[in-house]
Amino acid sequence: MLEQFFQFLVTGVTVGSLYALVGLGFALIYNASDVVNFAQGEFVMLGAMTAIALLNAGLPLPLAAIAATLAAILVGLLLERFAIEPAQGASVVTTIIITIGAAIFLRGVALLLWGKGFHALPPFSGDAPIRLGGATVLPQSLWVLGVTVLLVSLVRAFFNRTLLGKALLACSFNRAAAQLVGINVRVMLRLAYGLSAGLGAMAGILIAPITFSSYEAGVMLGLKGFSAAIVGGIGNPMGAVAGGVLLGLLEALGAGLISSGYKDAIAFLFVLMVLFFQPTGLFGHKVAERV
Amino acid sequence: MRLVGFYVFAAVVALLPVLFPTNYFVTVVGASAGLHVILAVGLNLLMGYAGQISLGHAAFFGMGAYASAILTTRFGWYSLPALATGLLIAGTVAWLLARPILRLRGHYLAMATLGFGIIVHVIMVQATRWTGGPDGLAGVPPLNLLGWAVEGDLQWYGVIMAAMLLTVWLSLNLVDSQVGRALRAVHGSEFAAQMMGIDIGRAKTQVFVVSALFAAFAGSLFAHQQAFVSPDSFNLIVSVELVTMVVLGGMASTFGAACGAIALTLLHQGLVVFEDYEMVIHGALLMAVMIFLPQGLFVGLSQGTRRLWAMRPKS
Repeated sequence: MLEQFFQFLVTGVTVGSLYALVGLGFALIYNASDVVNFAQGEFVMLGAMTAIALLNAGLPLPLAAIAATLAAILVGLLLERFAIEPAQGASVVTTIIITIGAAIFLRGVALLLWGKGFHALPPFSGDAPIRLGGATVLPQSLWVLGVTVLLVSLVRAFFNRTLLGKALLACSFNRAAAQLVGINVRVMLRLAYGLSAGLGAMAGILIAPITFSSYEAGVMLGLKGFSAAIVGGIGNPMGAVAGGVLLGLLEALGAGLISSGYKDAIAFLFVLMVLFFQPTGLFGHKVAERV
Repeated sequence: MRLVGFYVFAAVVALLPVLFPTNYFVTVVGASAGLHVILAVGLNLLMGYAGQISLGHAAFFGMGAYASAILTTRFGWYSLPALATGLLIAGTVAWLLARPILRLRGHYLAMATLGFGIIVHVIMVQATRWTGGPDGLAGVPPLNLLGWAVEGDLQWYGVIMAAMLLTVWLSLNLVDSQVGRALRAVHGSEFAAQMMGIDIGRAKTQVFVVSALFAAFAGSLFAHQQAFVSPDSFNLIVSVELVTMVVLGGMASTFGAACGAIALTLLHQGLVVFEDYEMVIHGALLMAVMIFLPQGLFVGLSQGTRRLWAMRPKS
């Protein structure tokens, strides 16, 4: 029983890391532009699918992964330039629909490029399971965990230690004030989109050996990432990371102990409960409404 | 005078099948557009007038449809009591959910309604014993209106259009009633509305229940018209489409919502010929309309023509 529980924990933390990366991307974009980017899951899908396509074209895995991440970053920048910037000042609902439109568009492009089939990457370092205590861990899970910890620490250091990171943070606190002290808000906005697209793509490449990828793979991942960001208190990057891990754990435990068919329902029920009792998320601060 | 637009709309709806009784686009696509209009007009009350987004409205649509399908096929009920039960279920769920969920704002509200929609969809897929699971339920009997069984495209067109005109008429009157004015006040500023003595919680609950009832009503008709229900008709994509219809047409306008519903239904029909390119075009159009006409087609275009009219050279 305890072994089984440990196994669920391992699965939960692996999936949770993925949600954490996607949620982090949501938080970055929200901070910079007050937009919830519903195309975030599509960055994950694009990262995975591009890497698979490049690998099949003969590129070695590390190169394919880097090129796929760069491609997703480019898509993120294009999205910002051609869909978000022209609609500046639009209402919440309008921006939600614009990003949903972008998500449908990107899914459509993936469908045209790679068809409806399912694809996978080979595991980065073999698929011989490692026994850890009573549970078995796939080497790929360790890759997911390790790279997630690395990326999250890098993002943290970026915000706390670098001038660029602090400038980006300043934009999220008060855009007008940031502009007044000489920060180029437009560049910061693009930086946020590029960064979050890159994070999403890397998440997609990490998970592609474990779960198969298809043109539709980004939909649920995007929603879970959004949930992670909301549970953590939207606009709080580290809250989103914690929310993602929590959500992954809960889902794995729910799937293992209650019913695997209802695992998505369990995850979203948890999100609803959090919102009902803590309407601004677990780690979000209360915002006073301006009348 | 206030309802002049409604009479014109009703006349067009009534004339179309007389002029084109066998046209596929009028009878079949028209009936489908009619159901979408009911859904969009209901959702518009919540989104356009009360300013509350819902990304889970397909759940209420599905509750109506599954209530009708399950009660008529598995328990042999007549269609009308089954329809009434569907309304009762959707209304009760909406009423229970309204207070906790409508306390949330903006993106938090979007998340909560989205989660609600997904939970209901998962139940439809998983509760196989009742719902038939992912394969759905077939063999829903025709709608029986006090002995008259509705059959054939033309009869269905008539029934759905009558239902649609009823909901449009209800919506137009509701918006101009005291409740409607309270809702608009809530949209403008909740704080100010409260100061004027409006019970915000009650106003939001009322509109949420009404829009759930509209959706469940459309769902029951849909189940009988298709003679088949499956979870695919009530997933997140459908909820997003409904929101799109409201925004595409123009928020806070009953005819705007209707216009958006009709436009999107026609768009889907038109894009089918592009097959694999459908998604790319659909996504691109959605983005373009929202970027260039953020107020929506109906409102944006009618304002645009008014502006052009004002700019005409005066002789």
